[in-house]
Amino acid sequence: MPSNAAPPSLPSVADSKIQLRGCCVVRDGRVVLDIPELDVPEGRTIALIGPNGAGKSTLLRMLQLLIRPERGELLLDGAPMQRDPIATRRRMAAAFQEPLLLSMSVRANVELGLRLRRLPRAQRRTRARHWLDRFGVGHLADRHAHDVSGGEAQRVSLARAFALDPEVLLLDEPFAALDAPTRSDLIEDFASVLAESRPTTVLVTHDRDEARRLGDGIVVLIDGRLRQRGSPAEVFGAPADAEVAAFVGIENVWAASLERSGAGIATYRVAGQLVDVASASPPAAALVCVRPEAITLFPPAAAVPGSARNCLPAHIDAINLVGPVLRIQLHLGHSEDTTAVATVTPASVEALGLRVGSAVSAVFKATAAHLIPR
Amino acid sequence: MDLLWDGIKEAFNLWIRGDAEIIEITLRTLAVSSLATVVSLVLGVPIGAALALKRFPGRRPLVALVNTGMGMPPVVVGLFVAIMLWRSGPFGGLGLIYTPWAIVIAQFVIAVPLVIGISLAAIQAIDPKLLDQMIALGANRLQLLWLIVREARLGLLAALMAGFGAVISEVGASIMVGGNIAGETRVLTTATVLETSRGRFEVAIALGVMLLVLAYLVNLVFTSAQQRRPA
Repeated sequence: MPSNAAPPSLPSVADSKIQLRGCCVVRDGRVVLDIPELDVPEGRTIALIGPNGAGKSTLLRMLQLLIRPERGELLLDGAPMQRDPIATRRRMAAAFQEPLLLSMSVRANVELGLRLRRLPRAQRRTRARHWLDRFGVGHLADRHAHDVSGGEAQRVSLARAFALDPEVLLLDEPFAALDAPTRSDLIEDFASVLAESRPTTVLVTHDRDEARRLGDGIVVLIDGRLRQRGSPAEVFGAPADAEVAAFVGIENVWAASLERSGAGIATYRVAGQLVDVASASPPAAALVCVRPEAITLFPPAAAVPGSARNCLPAHIDAINLVGPVLRIQLHLGHSEDTTAVATVTPASVEALGLRVGSAVSAVFKATAAHLIPR
Repeated sequence: MDLLWDGIKEAFNLWIRGDAEIIEITLRTLAVSSLATVVSLVLGVPIGAALALKRFPGRRPLVALVNTGMGMPPVVVGLFVAIMLWRSGPFGGLGLIYTPWAIVIAQFVIAVPLVIGISLAAIQAIDPKLLDQMIALGANRLQLLWLIVREARLGLLAALMAGFGAVISEVGASIMVGGNIAGETRVLTTATVLETSRGRFEVAIALGVMLLVLAYLVNLVFTSAQQRRPA
């Protein structure tokens, strides 16, 4: 047996394109980012989500080597990124919330990164044409980059990134500044391009739907720390803590204590009411989480469909129109402190004659509730 | 009005005759001021870029100094450069005083704060996010400077025009360090002063108009470059 004097190292994940080890960013004496460990698998898209100021953009800027971590290691294919920053950046491409096109033609913008890499002119032309066409803006090639619309400019910006044939694609809210129809069209086009060329992608977004649509994996960053990572189903269905729950849109988070359990169903006490939750190993003290869209409202005495186990008396505090649905704020039972939110269609509000002050039954299935131990 | 009209006619006569002295003075003026402007650009733009992009202690007083320099009276610059270059001065041994090189040095000192100040403002006006995007596209240091200069070209051409305009039209420094020696250090402005004091107003006006036309033509070239929208 040869004696191995090397210090024990973390087992390297064979298919990890990017690895972060103990990365810590300090700004004005405050730790703004602290990532003990994060791997991005080759050819996958990681959606990095979190509220404003969570450190998402800081993490992305660190990956672009625009800011240096106080300590820690950034690895690309197992080799330190900082050893040759220019060479590292030339294996990557980035697009931001603003298109950030330079004052030159659309075509010259798409060719620019290739020009910096000294690719021959003919090849630059071919690639630029291909990617401009792929993003549906080939007809704008000869226009000045500042003479195209916002949506078109963002398409040019993405074409410029893909034209570099990057191993790693870093995106910071690339769809956030677009109006709704422009945005959903571009997201669909982008998703199809991504599925074809499969660069290892880190997508920063604060939009949950975008993250769910594009991410193979989700990483939740809050206050500069990794709070949860997993598949979209895991993060959105089973948030790790109350803050993640709030961020992924679970507006009903109730403190609860276990009353009894058995046969896969646990019964918790929430504000004096009993709530059934599907769980094989229920914690004694927990937060019961329910998405607003999982709650339906019925008149107080109405017959409730058999599959729903929970039927809580509640009163309506407020009704607000949010997008296409109405957001109903409630309080449960007689406790003014335990509030709930349900989303319902305007039609059902009208059918049920709901108004502020109405008594209702808030109904949801035992399987619609998720438990966070506390 | 007659005086002005006669002067302009005399100017045309001088040009049409191809007056050797006028041509010589004009060419010297162009050479000296262009050289001073080019040197101030070569040194001033990178300094302006550094002041615009880097954060370091003492940056603010330095920028204030540059801004003060933008309004420095040429005669004061001439005085200090002359003291430096006099035979008894610290650089007297170089023998530059009363040569065209002395004028180039003085005009450089006049132009460089203008070039630094205006290019600093032009480069600072570039969106920092655009700079990040340039870096993200894989630009190395030199390529980044090229892209910045390209992006700030309107402002940098303004710096060029301001610098050239300041030095071709100044008279105080040229007289102080050049001495207005015929055939050696006489330039359009110093010649104009001399001819006016001699009472040869037509020649003075001819020289003055020459200076204006020259400045106009040079600025016309730069302005065309500035206002072009390149593909």
